[in-house]
Amino acid sequence: MALTKRRDTALAKQSFDYAPAPEAVDHVKIADRYGLFIGGKFVEPKSGKHFPTINPATEAVLSHVAEALAADVDRAVEAASRAQQSWGRLSPSSRARYILRISRILQERARELAVVETMDGGKPIKESRDVDIPLAAAHFFYYGGWADKLEWAFPNRSPRPIGVCGQVIPWNFPLLMLAWKIAPALAAGNTVVLKPAETTPLTALLFAEICQQAELPPGVVNIITGAGKTGSLLVQHPDVRKVAFTGSTEVGKLIQRSTAGSGKRLTLELGGKAANIVFDDAPLDQAVEGIVNGIYFNQGHVCCAGSRLLVQESVAGALLEKLRRRVDTLRLGDPLDKNTDIGAINSKAQLEKIEGLVESGREEGAEIYQPPCELPAKGFWFPPTIFTGVSQSHRIAREEIFGPVLSVLTFRTPAEAVEKANNTPYGLSAGVWTEKGSRILWMTQQLRAGVVWANTYNRFDPTSPFGGYKESGFGREGGLHGLIPYLELN
Amino acid sequence: MPDRVEVRKTYKLYLGGEFVRSESGRSYQPAADVNIPRGSRKDLRDAVRVARGAFAGWAGKTAMNRGQVLYRAAEMLDGRRQQFIAELGGGRRAGREVDAAVEAFIWYAGWTDKLAQVAGTVNPVAGPYFNFTIPEPTGVVGVVAPDEPALAGLVLRIAPALAGGNTVVALASEKSPLPALTLGEVLATSDFPPGVVNVLTGFRKELLPWLASHMDVNAIDASGCSREELTAVEEAAAANVKRVVKPNGRRARLTPQAVTDLMEMKTVWHPIGV
Repeated sequence: MALTKRRDTALAKQSFDYAPAPEAVDHVKIADRYGLFIGGKFVEPKSGKHFPTINPATEAVLSHVAEALAADVDRAVEAASRAQQSWGRLSPSSRARYILRISRILQERARELAVVETMDGGKPIKESRDVDIPLAAAHFFYYGGWADKLEWAFPNRSPRPIGVCGQVIPWNFPLLMLAWKIAPALAAGNTVVLKPAETTPLTALLFAEICQQAELPPGVVNIITGAGKTGSLLVQHPDVRKVAFTGSTEVGKLIQRSTAGSGKRLTLELGGKAANIVFDDAPLDQAVEGIVNGIYFNQGHVCCAGSRLLVQESVAGALLEKLRRRVDTLRLGDPLDKNTDIGAINSKAQLEKIEGLVESGREEGAEIYQPPCELPAKGFWFPPTIFTGVSQSHRIAREEIFGPVLSVLTFRTPAEAVEKANNTPYGLSAGVWTEKGSRILWMTQQLRAGVVWANTYNRFDPTSPFGGYKESGFGREGGLHGLIPYLELN
Repeated sequence: MPDRVEVRKTYKLYLGGEFVRSESGRSYQPAADVNIPRGSRKDLRDAVRVARGAFAGWAGKTAMNRGQVLYRAAEMLDGRRQQFIAELGGGRRAGREVDAAVEAFIWYAGWTDKLAQVAGTVNPVAGPYFNFTIPEPTGVVGVVAPDEPALAGLVLRIAPALAGGNTVVALASEKSPLPALTLGEVLATSDFPPGVVNVLTGFRKELLPWLASHMDVNAIDASGCSREELTAVEEAAAANVKRVVKPNGRRARLTPQAVTDLMEMKTVWHPIGV
């Protein structure tokens, strides 16, 4: 299913094709059906309902997973509540050891998890193998280490667990987002009911098996599958004391509204429309790599994607020329192929959303560039796309597309760059490319965003706090700050 | 006939560094002998506008400079100690309340240039990157003052918000607005740039819904809200994902968390290499 390129330039005619390099899948076992993971066991859903999960690159059904409805959510929250007392009172070093065990098992089963992540979600195997799974394991290792050091992290503040956490995660980094949620929650002594996204439930269910393998006490982690309705039941459950959500700003606002007056603690990690800003003195070749990584990493299904390129007018022509040449070399196709750069779009619904916004870009007068690129016949695909001549009022400059679509705007002065970069209700991330140190620090101060990557982009680490300003949400995940939302502190 | 006819003070809103009547021209009488401006939705919007305008300047001042201004507020307040005691009804309790308010200004003044060292981190990421996290102000903060204690309750909330570099639109207690309006005179003489802190009086039900739903307010300290008010504030706050500081059932106390609750954490990455 590798991409066939048809290019007319002499250079392209000389270039070599890539031989297929598919990742083996024979070592992976996916069950035909999964129940809900409640109280340490897989149980049949009381709802009696299951729904299919498919491979977005082939549209083949991978498995059927249970749909948790009210009675199931009750049961899961009950299991977590029952486990809360003993888990919260377990010696901190024992808690640490369970979490560290989980981290180790994630490493041991890394290949299997990477393959399933790619099959269920459509992301290139090189990303799930090199980014998602190692970072997920690293998160558990990092927070496992905090579990018995909370008194040192928050001196004089008597850190205590909050209680049952209801966590709802998105489909773009399924296992990694699970790790971002579960690792700090457990380290702080809480128990968890987690709902993975309906299109990517499988690695969370494998994680449930890993909890069994680690002999984590029953009920400390519960995994319930389902769609928006399940998530809504979970976050509104009266015995859930802490809600953590990663997903769209639209749903985040609904959750904030629905938990009003409940006294629940809440963290939201929502959408973004990040500016990636390139100054005229930037190392352009490095910047091009950063721009590509910023917007085409994970098909652009990244809340912090650098979806608005702001380039200083004097280098716009040169930069765009380099960028188009680089985008021409991106390989789109079988996500399980180790050479693939751009995998499948996660779902039909997401593909339609991307197509709609791209259509609006055309209609509003922006100029579109897509490399010549054959899309596989089956599955959901969208070619890497660059819009130039974009103005700030265009929908493609304002709305989160969550796809491989870059909107290019230009600026003349640093002040104009700041003005344009901050001209959004979002504030999750930003990128700055310049060789001038003082300008980096000045830009860093001016940008109203929770993460600023200077001369790099889309870097993540368990020690590094991540989260948004403004409508990109509140609370931080990662680092010392990532513990705060999961603790009661004096 | 009295020997001396007292010169009475006209109580006014403190808005954009000026003392103004409500644009609505209305007033109300929490006590028989005093007319208090009954602020309107328009006054509130004006206050948010000037607070937004003042934000970049105040957030951009050095931490030391913000500390100096807050400390001056303590000096000004302490200098008017007797006046505030009288407005609070006199007695030892009123004296303690004024002292608590003075102490809050001094204590939070000291945090301005220390908070980043306590709440910030350098993060040892697994790669060749320099990575750090620092607190930054959230933006325009709405503060809902409690009825009791009318002065200290307000100061214990605006001082940490201002220390963090936010600008403030404060709703005074509806029942006891006098100390808040007189506090405006303290703030006006403390070198706060115009618009950094604004004090409105009026009916809670006429002002609070608009403060809570205003799209250019980034956070709201709802510690002074009743339970019903809090639910409504939280619902309205979702319109632009406002941060909401909830009442915790305890009297406000001095804690750096009061500052960080109204701050964002910014993480910066840069490669290390030759």
